[in-house]
Amino acid sequence: MIEFLRRFFSAAPPSASAAKERLRFVLMTDHLALSPEIVEAMKRDLVDVISRHVEVDREKIEVTFERQDRAVALLANIPILSVRRPQPPEPPAAPPTRPRRKRTRRRASGTSPTEPAAAT
Amino acid sequence: MNLGAALAKAGKRVILVDADIGLRNLDLVLGLEKRIVFDLVEVAEGRCQLRQALIRDKRFPALWLLPASQTRDKDAVTEEQFAALVDQAARAADYVLIDCPAGIEGGFRNAIAGAAEAILVTTPEVSAIRDADRVVGKLTDRALPMRLIINRLRPEMVHSGDMLCVDDVCEVLAVELLGIVPDDEEVIDTTNRGEPLVLDETNRLAAVYQKIARRLEGEIVPFTTFNNGARQGLFGRLFAGLKAG
Amino acid sequence: MHLLSQNGDPAEGNERRATTGEITKLGRAIVVTSGKGGVGKTTTTANLGTALARRGARVALVDADIGLRNLDILLGLENRVTHHLLDVLEESATLDDALIPDKHSENLYLLAAAQSREKEDVDTEKMCALVASLRERFDYVLIDSPAGIERGFRNAVAGAQEAIVVCTPEVSAVRDVDRVVGLLGNRFRPQLIINRLRPQLVQKGKMLSVEDVDAILRLPLLGVIADEPQIIVTTNRGEPLALRRDGATANAYHAIAARVAGENVAMPTVELKKQSFLERLLRGGRA
Repeated sequence: MIEFLRRFFSAAPPSASAAKERLRFVLMTDHLALSPEIVEAMKRDLVDVISRHVEVDREKIEVTFERQDRAVALLANIPILSVRRPQPPEPPAAPPTRPRRKRTRRRASGTSPTEPAAAT
Repeated sequence: MNLGAALAKAGKRVILVDADIGLRNLDLVLGLEKRIVFDLVEVAEGRCQLRQALIRDKRFPALWLLPASQTRDKDAVTEEQFAALVDQAARAADYVLIDCPAGIEGGFRNAIAGAAEAILVTTPEVSAIRDADRVVGKLTDRALPMRLIINRLRPEMVHSGDMLCVDDVCEVLAVELLGIVPDDEEVIDTTNRGEPLVLDETNRLAAVYQKIARRLEGEIVPFTTFNNGARQGLFGRLFAGLKAG
Repeated sequence: MHLLSQNGDPAEGNERRATTGEITKLGRAIVVTSGKGGVGKTTTTANLGTALARRGARVALVDADIGLRNLDILLGLENRVTHHLLDVLEESATLDDALIPDKHSENLYLLAAAQSREKEDVDTEKMCALVASLRERFDYVLIDSPAGIERGFRNAVAGAQEAIVVCTPEVSAVRDVDRVVGLLGNRFRPQLIINRLRPQLVQKGKMLSVEDVDAILRLPLLGVIADEPQIIVTTNRGEPLALRRDGATANAYHAIAARVAGENVAMPTVELKKQSFLERLLRGGRA
C-alpha cells in the first residue's frame, strides 16, 4: 500500500512507458536505416508531387532524417529552378445538348431566311 | 529443449538440432552431454550417418538430439549442408527444432537455412526486443513465417509498471504470439540437473510448454492471463494494493 | 591519472611520448565478452564505464555489436547517434564526430555500432588502429563484444589487451565462458564477473554458487552482482544503476571499478535476505 502511494505521488512515470516510447523510437530509426529502398521511393514520390507546381533540380535533391528529441523529422532540400506558369483554368465542359434545329421563318413572299427578321 | 520434450511427451517424434557450433549447450541442458559420440559437423562432412549421431533421450523415447561440435567453428558447415541435414532429419521426425545461436551472423544463417518456420524468443526488455526486431527483419527477408514466445515475464513488475507487458511487446514486434513463459526459478534448477520441465507435472512451467506444444499442433489454446499480464489502471492498482495490505 | 594493471605491473608497450617529451601511459583497452548471449555484457559495460567515469577516469565505450547495437539504448543515448564505428573505420567520419558524450557522466563517451551493416564489414586491422587511437585519448576503452565466438567476437577482441568475461551461475553460461577463455588465451588475462546471482537459490541448492563457478573456471574474480529487478527499470529508462551510490548492485559496480583500477577491495559476502519466521513456516514443505 505504501509502495502504491509512493508511486502515486512520485513524479517519474513508470519506467515501462518510458521503455515503450524509447523502443518505438529506436525501431523507427533502425527501420529507416535498414530500408534505403523505401527512402528512395519516398524521395521520388516527394519530388514528383512538388514538380507539379515548381520545376526542381532533380540532381541536387537531398533527403535526410533528423532526430528531434523523441521524434524523427524528414528534412528535404529541393532546389527550385522555376515556378511553373499557372495554367489557365480549363473552361467548364458544356453539358451535352441535342443539335438544335434551326428555326426558320418562311415568309410568303419568299424572303431569304438569313435576312434579319423584322423586329416584332 | 522444453518445447521439444513437451511435443515428445504428447507423442510426436522430435529431433532437436544444436546449431551452436563451438558453443554447444543443448546436450548439457538435456543431461545428454556424456553420451555424445558423433556430432552435426561429422554428419555434414559425411564421416558418419545421421542416425549414428542422434542421441535418444531415455526419458522420452520419441525425443532425439543431434549435438553440435564443440571444437569446430560455425564455418565448418555451409548453409547448403545444413539445409540438407535438416531435410534429412525432417523425413525421420514430426518436428525438427533447431536451436539457433545468438546473433545474426553465420551461425544464425546456417540455422535458418532449411527451416520452414521460426519461433522467435524474446524477454520483455528493450535491448532484447530491439534485437528481436532485427531478427524479424532477417526472417522476413527469407519469407519465413514466425511466431513469438515471450520469456521470463515478471507479472508483478508488469503490474507495477516496471516491465513492458505482453501487449506492448506484441504491438512493437507485430508477430503472432505463440506463448508466454513467466520467469521461474525452476528453470535454473532443472537445467542444472539436465531435466526438461515437463517431467514434473506439478511445475507450472510444464503446463506452459505443453500449451505451446498444443498451439504448434494447431490447437487454439487461450493464453494464461497472469493477472492479465497487462498494466492495470489506477483504480485496479489501488484495489490490488489494498488486498495485499 | 596513473594506471596500473590489476597485477600492479605496468602493462607492456603502454607508453607514449607527448610533444613535451613527457612519457604518459596509454589507456587500457578491455573487451567485455561472454560467449553466451543475454548474460549482461552490455549492461556490465555501461555500468562499469559509468563507475570508472565517476571516479574521474576518461572512459570510451565501444559498441562492437554491429547490427545489434544496444549500448546506446542502455545509456539513454539512442537519439544522439549520428555517426558510428564503421563510419570512423571507413573514414567517412572522424572520432570527434562519432564520439557521443554521455548524458549523465562527464568524461564518458560512446562510440556506437552501425545498425544496418554486417560484422563482416569490419576490417580488424583498422579496428586495432582505432582502439590504439582511443587509448591515446582515454584511460579506459571498454569494448562491448557481441554474443558468440564468430566474426563479431573477433572484431571486438582486436586491439584489446585485457578481457572481462561475464557469466551467470548457470551451466550453459559457465561452459560458454570456459570456451571463450580457451579461445582468448592467456595474453588477455581474463577476469570474471558473475552476474545475476540469486543467493536464496544458492542457499536452497538450486543455483551454482560463486565457489562452484570458481572451481570450474579458475579465473580471477573481479566481482559478483546479485540479480536485481531494478536493473530492468534502469534499462527501461536508459540510466545505468552505477549512477547511484546506494544499493547493492550500484556498490558492486563501484567495487569492480575500483578493482579494475588496481585497488584492493575486499569481496563482500553476499548477504542473504533473512526470511521471517512466517515465511520459513510457509516454505517449510518446499525448502
